[in-house]
Amino acid sequence: MSGRRRQRNLVPDNLTPDILHLTPMADLNELYQQVILDHNKKPRNFRVLENATRQQEGYNPLCGDQITLYLEMDGDTIKDIGFQGQGCAISKASSSMMTAAVKGKTRQEAELMFDEFHRMVKGEFDPETSEHHLGRLTILSGVREFPARVKCASLSWHTLRAALEGTQEAISTE
Amino acid sequence: MQAAVEAEATQTAHAPFDVERIRAEFPILTQQVHGKPLVYLDNAATAQKPQVVIDALERYYTEQNANIHRGVHYLSQLATREYEDARVKIQRFLNAAEAHEIIFTRGTTESINLVALSFGRKFVQAGDEIIISTLEHHSNIVPWQMLCEQTGATLRVIPINDAGELLLDEYERMLNPKVKLVAVAHLSNALGTLNPVQRIIELAHAQDIPVLLDGAQAAPHIKVDVRELDCDFYALSGHKLCGPTGIGVLYGKSRWLEAMPPVFGGGDMIASVTFEKTTYNTLPHKLEAGTPHIEGGIGLGVAVDYLTGIGLDRIAAYEHELLEYATELIGSIPGVTLVGTAREKASVLSFTIDNIHPHDIGTILDQEGIAIRAGHHCAQPVMKRFGVPATARASFAFYNTKAEIDALAVGIQKAIEVFS
Repeated sequence: MSGRRRQRNLVPDNLTPDILHLTPMADLNELYQQVILDHNKKPRNFRVLENATRQQEGYNPLCGDQITLYLEMDGDTIKDIGFQGQGCAISKASSSMMTAAVKGKTRQEAELMFDEFHRMVKGEFDPETSEHHLGRLTILSGVREFPARVKCASLSWHTLRAALEGTQEAISTE
Repeated sequence: MQAAVEAEATQTAHAPFDVERIRAEFPILTQQVHGKPLVYLDNAATAQKPQVVIDALERYYTEQNANIHRGVHYLSQLATREYEDARVKIQRFLNAAEAHEIIFTRGTTESINLVALSFGRKFVQAGDEIIISTLEHHSNIVPWQMLCEQTGATLRVIPINDAGELLLDEYERMLNPKVKLVAVAHLSNALGTLNPVQRIIELAHAQDIPVLLDGAQAAPHIKVDVRELDCDFYALSGHKLCGPTGIGVLYGKSRWLEAMPPVFGGGDMIASVTFEKTTYNTLPHKLEAGTPHIEGGIGLGVAVDYLTGIGLDRIAAYEHELLEYATELIGSIPGVTLVGTAREKASVLSFTIDNIHPHDIGTILDQEGIAIRAGHHCAQPVMKRFGVPATARASFAFYNTKAEIDALAVGIQKAIEVFS
């Protein structure tokens, strides 16, 4: 576990218990938005790529989430991308949305998105106040209120980065 | 003070089970989480602590702290007496024959590793076999794998049926003169199966094979009598017994502990040291090198007395009622599948919900103030056996109530609604 996970407390100091009592479900609704639930139910690019030039395993030992990512590279460009695996709603939706977002992008563009995405879910980067390249991926920003779920959202991205770097070993979020 | 505590304990033992009075003794249970009353159903991971245990830790550091077994001064003698008294309390709690059969460790994991490293080094060779079961926690798998790797011994695994019960016939067939140890859980942490350990021990002993019981889950929920069980080793963790973290126990029959070489060398475990030769101390100190977790041992002594005061039989009966209630209520929610349906169970309700990953269930319940465990419960072979990556697990203690189980049921309905 990284020390940075503690940066955002679930119960901000400036909120009184009275206010908390009125709003606990708001956070949950932000986490499990309709778009996220939809990607969980019908994940995009959920398939094995026949012409994959790269294949990468990712694993989150904490909850048993597992992903196999397939890339078809055309030079430096992600021509096609697919994934298989099992995991929670956040991990599945994040994988699905990631594949949709990076298809057709160059390695550099994907890595920039990884960086912004990773900082966003950790609460270190606010796409509402900063310029970003995340598009619809900002829907997953609600994860920052749930430190225990950051790993779920970032598993597919760590796996993508390892695939782009050509790391052979299965990567793990631990 | 001590007399007063005991008098109160005796009185409680004859009174009806007053859960509200018990809850009042656990300060953590009064808090709110996300604006909802805390419903703590993760007792198989760790139990909450009663005020008497918290007070004992504070008293140790405000009135008793000194190093033990080595001082002539007042505080050192006081701390030594408190620590050794705790050992006797645990001896009584387990009904061990001798106090020196109680070895303090950091917890169940260290207790099992201690047997693997010491007993294993002495008695296990290439070609030998160690028997464990499919139900084991990783801490009763990995130490034996490591031992087998080092010695060339083979690990054999007792299979289970679809309810999560050990197949005793298979086990009986596995026993042979090459088996040097049987190491099984008393109570499964992932499924709640209560294993037929009496029979397991009888069958092993018929062939002179010693048996280690992993009692991490069982000890807080069932009266454990190591002499009646006739087990050779019993491992447990203090923190699951309402005691502090970082303290645990290895019970071993004297004849085994006497024969076992020390694993750690250092202070306290020696009788005399020269550069030519070191003579080891007697039990239990031979197996307890270095300054121990003194306040942990003392706190655990207070915790087991607290549990004895309520009565393990009454705790078991009350928790059985809770588990039956929860099994009926949660099991009847459409979409919920119970994982682990053994006839003999205690404390644990593992389940899955159609199309909802346990991790998502855990987050949604957390928002309702309900703490459960979601994951593989450090028992991946069990998960594999049932073909699931993880389960959600509610685990009960004697301070839980039926109202809390009702809250769990409502929380589960909410999770199903979110994902509908």
